[in-house]
Amino acid sequence: MAVKVLIPTPLRAYADKQDTIELAAATVGEALSALTTRFGDLKKHLYGENGKLRSFVNVYLNDEDIRYLEKESTHVNDGDVISIVPSIAGGKLG
Amino acid sequence: MSSEATIRISDTLERRIREHGQGTYPNECCGALLGKDSEGVREISDILPLKNQHKDSPRNRFILTPEDVREAEAQAKRTGSELLGWYHSHPDAPARPSEFDREHAWPWYSYVIVSVKAGRADEMNSWRLVEDRSGYDAEKIEVNGQGDESTPASPTSTGAKNASHKAP
Repeated sequence: MAVKVLIPTPLRAYADKQDTIELAAATVGEALSALTTRFGDLKKHLYGENGKLRSFVNVYLNDEDIRYLEKESTHVNDGDVISIVPSIAGGKLG
Repeated sequence: MSSEATIRISDTLERRIREHGQGTYPNECCGALLGKDSEGVREISDILPLKNQHKDSPRNRFILTPEDVREAEAQAKRTGSELLGWYHSHPDAPARPSEFDREHAWPWYSYVIVSVKAGRADEMNSWRLVEDRSGYDAEKIEVNGQGDESTPASPTSTGAKNASHKAP
């Protein structure tokens, strides 16, 4: 399936400055894997050392948070749009 | 990322960030920075104050939801600007990123932190995450006066030019 992945501004520098990447994948996880294979520098910003998506990285499939679908196993269809949307967090205590 | 990176902000907007931090004290405030990025110099044209969504520890944590981020991006798009970064306050703590800040930081964005001591805004600094996520480079903050002499820009805004910081 051909899907589009929308890259948020802070990560575009690691994706040849592109805001949209087209990929072939059957699931959201496959699409993200193909994305980080093509653009290796994206990996450390999307995945933690445990190999899981960082907690502040949100992935939407056509405006639906994949946490409420089948997470990275969510199947995709031709023309679907996957969005990577940051959560922003911080605070004074280490 | 060059350590010469600079953000320019009007004294009016700088004051609004300070006032936001004072207004939410002893809790942390947070908001978005909108503007234009041009070869390392970022001109902040507006800020978007947002609600700290952290329910448990708003005195030492802040969080914004993906919907907040989308709203900020939409606001930037509507005004022909870019979402350049975020600001938040550190009540009774230095205007330096914590380890928690670093763990949750994104590259490229500017992170402005204002220290609020006993309810009064104090030092303000801006930071950008370094490439390997190990720490931050400081950004110089240039505050541009707009002739409002009754409310001078704070003397405590610092650029920390050429400085870098590894969160403790």
